[in-house]
Amino acid sequence: MAVTFTLNGKSRTVDVSPDMPLLWVLRDTLNMTGTKFGCGMALCGACTVHINGEMTRSCITPISSVAGKKVTTIEGLSKDGSHPVQQAWIAEDVPQCGYCQSGQIMSAVALLAKKPNPTDADIDDFMSGNICRCGTYQRIRKAIHRAAATPASKAKSA
Amino acid sequence: MTTAPVLNRREFLKTGAAGGAALVVAFHLPGSAFAAAQDQEKKTPNPLNAWVRITPDNRVTLILGKSEMGQGAMTALPMILAEELYLDWKQVSVEQAPTNPKIYDHGTGGSGSVAGSWLPLRRAGAAAREMLVTAAAQHWNVSRDTCKAQNGGVIHGARKQFLTYGELAEDAAKLPVPDFNTVPLKNSDDFTIVGHDRKRFEAAAKSTGAAKFGIDSRMPGMEYAVIARCPVFGGKVAKFDATKAKAVPGVRDVISIDAVGEGAFTSGGVVVLADNSWAAIQGRKALNIVWDEGPNAEESSESLRKHFVENAAKPGKAVRNDGDADAALSSATKKVEAVYELPFAAHACMEPMNCTVHIRPDGAEAWVPTQAPQWAQGVIAKVSGLPPENVDVHTTLMGGGFGRRYQADFVMEAAQVAKATGKPVQVLWTREDDMQHDFYRPASYHRMQGAVDAQGKVAAWKHFQSSTSIAAVWDKDGKDKPEASEFATAAFIPYETPNFRVEYALAHSGVPRAWWRSVEHSSSGFVVETFVDELAAAAGADPLKFRLQLIGDARKIPDFTNPKENKPLDTARLKGVLQLAAEKAEWGKPLPKGVARGIAGYFSFESYTAAVAEVSVKNGAVQVHRIVYAVDCGRPVNPSGVVAQVESAAVYALSAMMKDAITIDRGRVKQANFNDYDMPRMKEMPKIEVHVVTSKEDPTGIGEPGLPVVAPAVGNAVFAATGKRLRRLPIRAEDLA
Repeated sequence: MAVTFTLNGKSRTVDVSPDMPLLWVLRDTLNMTGTKFGCGMALCGACTVHINGEMTRSCITPISSVAGKKVTTIEGLSKDGSHPVQQAWIAEDVPQCGYCQSGQIMSAVALLAKKPNPTDADIDDFMSGNICRCGTYQRIRKAIHRAAATPASKAKSA
Repeated sequence: MTTAPVLNRREFLKTGAAGGAALVVAFHLPGSAFAAAQDQEKKTPNPLNAWVRITPDNRVTLILGKSEMGQGAMTALPMILAEELYLDWKQVSVEQAPTNPKIYDHGTGGSGSVAGSWLPLRRAGAAAREMLVTAAAQHWNVSRDTCKAQNGGVIHGARKQFLTYGELAEDAAKLPVPDFNTVPLKNSDDFTIVGHDRKRFEAAAKSTGAAKFGIDSRMPGMEYAVIARCPVFGGKVAKFDATKAKAVPGVRDVISIDAVGEGAFTSGGVVVLADNSWAAIQGRKALNIVWDEGPNAEESSESLRKHFVENAAKPGKAVRNDGDADAALSSATKKVEAVYELPFAAHACMEPMNCTVHIRPDGAEAWVPTQAPQWAQGVIAKVSGLPPENVDVHTTLMGGGFGRRYQADFVMEAAQVAKATGKPVQVLWTREDDMQHDFYRPASYHRMQGAVDAQGKVAAWKHFQSSTSIAAVWDKDGKDKPEASEFATAAFIPYETPNFRVEYALAHSGVPRAWWRSVEHSSSGFVVETFVDELAAAAGADPLKFRLQLIGDARKIPDFTNPKENKPLDTARLKGVLQLAAEKAEWGKPLPKGVARGIAGYFSFESYTAAVAEVSVKNGAVQVHRIVYAVDCGRPVNPSGVVAQVESAAVYALSAMMKDAITIDRGRVKQANFNDYDMPRMKEMPKIEVHVVTSKEDPTGIGEPGLPVVAPAVGNAVFAATGKRLRRLPIRAEDLA
């Protein structure tokens, strides 16, 4: 089944099984490997992307449901890591193994779009769908506050 | 476990890189930072390597001979080299070493990357620096004494002349290599990189999606595969029908692979090859397989516990016996007896296991997220029949390792598939595969008996353990000291007692076991540091004062389990971290109502950690508010990285303490995904404070030592808050009632 959607600002058409999750379309069909496979059941958040600006777990999102929509992945935040959330992640030296961080960053961007100045409690609630096995949570929280203090981060994701 | 051949560490290879303009220095590193130079030859099962490359444009590339799994080796190890080379940190870049155990030993584990590389990397960096200085002196035709390294170049003081390393590298590469044992090392008072926070090299790539993990490997024409493995450990395929699987769109083929018991442990299975991961997973669901469940199909967590209890009813094998603990116990007035239990634990790396391999007739290429690239290379060589030097293993970034990725099972399987198909293949493990076919932290059962005399001293300490030993995995008969992998510091506790007995009994299990972050220290730390708290309570003593008193005078306690290595426990340093953690946590000062503190201090991987936990218990649930750490890991090479590792170990420990157990039913793992083996979430996180001791001692481990103190500190705090002693992990509501 051919499905057309907008990926990071560009129109893409893929011809795959309609029930194939967006995650695997991104990773295996389009070789966009920044979005990660963690659990396949929307339990860990490693696969987080934005669909029409909403935080979405791509591992349980059938490609058929994405037709005509706008998908933003970690690669779409910026070409060079200049997005304020990415900059905050680098400044706070957040990543350890780094595997979950694409999903963490996509969740954080979605949070800041809804709440430009989140409290610790806002962050804890919103981000608790994302697992970090390395335990970088403290630094993630700090990085989100740092990004919130950067005016440009209040721009919505594509 | 395979080990790389022991090589002459003084071998010092020089080769010109492309264009002959690069200085390439390869060197051998001893496995221990503490190995005396003269006996390095005998002491090195784990030689390491690194390269320094300098191009004419004065760019310096430091080659990383260890794997990066999140622990920060990719930053800390180059810092050591850069320091001795007097480099401007901004000119440094890092590349992963190619897999070549004739030059390198890549094995990354045991919290040993920085500790084991410290002296050898300093010597290597210093040797390269000396060659560059000599080249400059010859260029200027001046005395060597008038030249010195500075800011990535050499300066000639009298004439104020300066040449960059890039200008000197070609000539320097032709010079004789200085003796590593006598090459002058930089005075540590002059360090400008080591001991100063440096951000991770790969943080930006990990913040943009650009970082490539093993699972991100892609080769032209690559097939995606998943494997159906027998859910029962030790079982195998009896027969299978792939008709329906082959009908799934995108599925290309279905094959079977055999179980392997040598070189790596795998269970074999039925392999579905497809156009993409999703099709492979769907194809696997459509397989019809009859399993031969093998000899372990009756094993359960209940049967294992029964086995433990039966073992504990009999005397164990004496591992250590000082004085007469039984006599002292029978005559004591204040006695404590307690049983501690820990379950199997899974690593649950965020990146599930995977391996990408292409075996051609003339050579093989592989992308492997591995802590043991040399082992991966050996496995692929064996399966392919190729010489190892024709197997090109690229060590990728790892989405967590924690010991899991020291195994080669996932490499073996991928090699078997690649050999069978002749095409590039990525074998992907789903989360369920990863959870149910791990090499788990052993399950263990500890019967502790202790006595306190009228002076508040420990009159006797007796520790019986039965466990599913790691050592017994490699020695199926259990004849070769299964206890060797199970006690560590529990067999040389820092608490003075004249009557100290340690006993062991192996418990047989079909469940695979291996190294889980901090290995036996995760159980030993919990048991020893909880039980000493129980004795403190029996003595009516403050838990901190009791520990400090029992530790007693400054002395060095030999590592009983590993006496050949000179890595004793220094009681002064242990006391130091206990006192620092207590001070920073304001031990003894009032807390809000319902909140209580607990403390633990422990020695592991030659480092000293102490933690004070603050907890409260409400409605049968423990909330950890804060953990205050003091750590002494010698000289911290990258202090920011040290703090990150301790924060990380705390969360890893909390996962196993608060939430998770791998349990067995009908020979298989019951848990499958993060719904039934959940991780701590951000909203459950305590505040974690890490205080790093300033030290000029050689660096020691830090990836794991933060872990063993968490469960006892939290459990001891729960006792302080409620009077309930936590002796089973993970915490159960009924143990708090």
